[in-house]
Amino acid sequence: MEAENLLMILHAVAVLFVLGLAFGIVLAVASRKLTVASDPRVEEIEGLLPGANCGGCGYPGCRGLAEAIAGGTAPVTACPVTKDHTPIAKVMGVETAAVEPKVAMVRCAGGRQEARQRFIYLGVEDCVAAQNLGGGAKACTYGCLGLGTCVKACPFGAMTMSPNGLPVVDESKCTACGMCVKACPRQLITLWPVAKRVTVLCMNQEKGTAVRPVCQVGCIACRICEKNCPAGAITVEHNLARIDPQLCTECEICVEKCPMKTIKSNKKQERAVG
Amino acid sequence: MTEYLLIILSSIFINNFITQRFLGICPFLGVSKQVETATGMGLAVTFVMALASGICYWVQKVLVALKIGFLQTITFILVIAVLVQFVEMVIKKSSPVLYRALGIYLPLITTNCAVLGVTIINVNENYNFLQSVVSGIGGALGFSMMLILFAGIRERLALAPIPKAMEGFPIALITAGLISIAFLGFSGFNLAALLSF
Repeated sequence: MEAENLLMILHAVAVLFVLGLAFGIVLAVASRKLTVASDPRVEEIEGLLPGANCGGCGYPGCRGLAEAIAGGTAPVTACPVTKDHTPIAKVMGVETAAVEPKVAMVRCAGGRQEARQRFIYLGVEDCVAAQNLGGGAKACTYGCLGLGTCVKACPFGAMTMSPNGLPVVDESKCTACGMCVKACPRQLITLWPVAKRVTVLCMNQEKGTAVRPVCQVGCIACRICEKNCPAGAITVEHNLARIDPQLCTECEICVEKCPMKTIKSNKKQERAVG
Repeated sequence: MTEYLLIILSSIFINNFITQRFLGICPFLGVSKQVETATGMGLAVTFVMALASGICYWVQKVLVALKIGFLQTITFILVIAVLVQFVEMVIKKSSPVLYRALGIYLPLITTNCAVLGVTIINVNENYNFLQSVVSGIGGALGFSMMLILFAGIRERLALAPIPKAMEGFPIALITAGLISIAFLGFSGFNLAALLSF
């Protein structure tokens, strides 16, 4: 009985040993034959990217961008979400200039109270659908349709709809990935430098006589801002005032002079809230 | 020939691993969001199950001959783990996209109870070598079929208007239950009589 037990234990050990050895050799040979030559920088760069896979860079996820950067087909600054690109530049061994931080800016101030509706829209809750249905319900054909396609597109939950029917950007969450810019069927959203707070919240390119009946806060191209701007940062072209953020000194004279209250300063709003 | 056909048909429809034996539910729910990845997972599982059935048949022979049948579970798991490692290397080499899509579920084939299940069922049914391999392939085909069917349904469910509380896994589990009930209709089929026609 003793000997039989011993033999059984020996058999068990031997079988597992032989099996393990055989499988080990097979796997060792297989791993030699089937190795994939991979660029170690891809892993490193992927670790430095946000990992949100938002697609704001135009590549399929952060992994795709990491491969493109390592392969040299994308610049090290390609990720719009990453604020500091120097670690990635260091991995690639190149220098990089600082990128100005930006946030998404919805350039329309005409919500339900300010802008007139042409009809009551009861279709799909989507701006693209509404836009395709006779240009949407809003009388202003440039203004925000207010159905929240940009809010749904935001991968960071930085956008909400205000009760007035306009999207609000939470600047602490916004990473300027640009997904909302692509989602808006009216191209109302632009990435604006965080440091510059004075903006024209209108995109209507009609003459003032056409803007007044449809919106209380639309730009009527009166050129008062253009004449009063001491820095020469404002130009009116195609019946719409435009501010050059590079030239703007944030003196806010235009904000006070604008008869339609189209030009607004975010800073002032913050102060009012705070 | 008929008996092999019988084994394949019965393991696909009547004793389907997912709907009737409730084995391999983890990858069934985990990798069934897209038809494409579900197909890849199905192929990987088919490969592992067919090879595992064949190898485990001989391992079982050795174990029985040496009267150490109690080592069955651990040696079978060893065989499966090695095969999964091997498949992982092959997929990593041949299709990096599929490799990334399968993600964690690829190494988890090791712990896919359907694979261990089919090897032990083969032993219990006293299948010979060919029958074991055929049963492995049949079981895996049944598994893959369910995976792809379910993925097709879930691709549509993702776009369907579903109450908030039911979105995602709840509706998937209910759907899986309904499919299982539908497949219950196959139980009790006399396949042998059907095939002798």
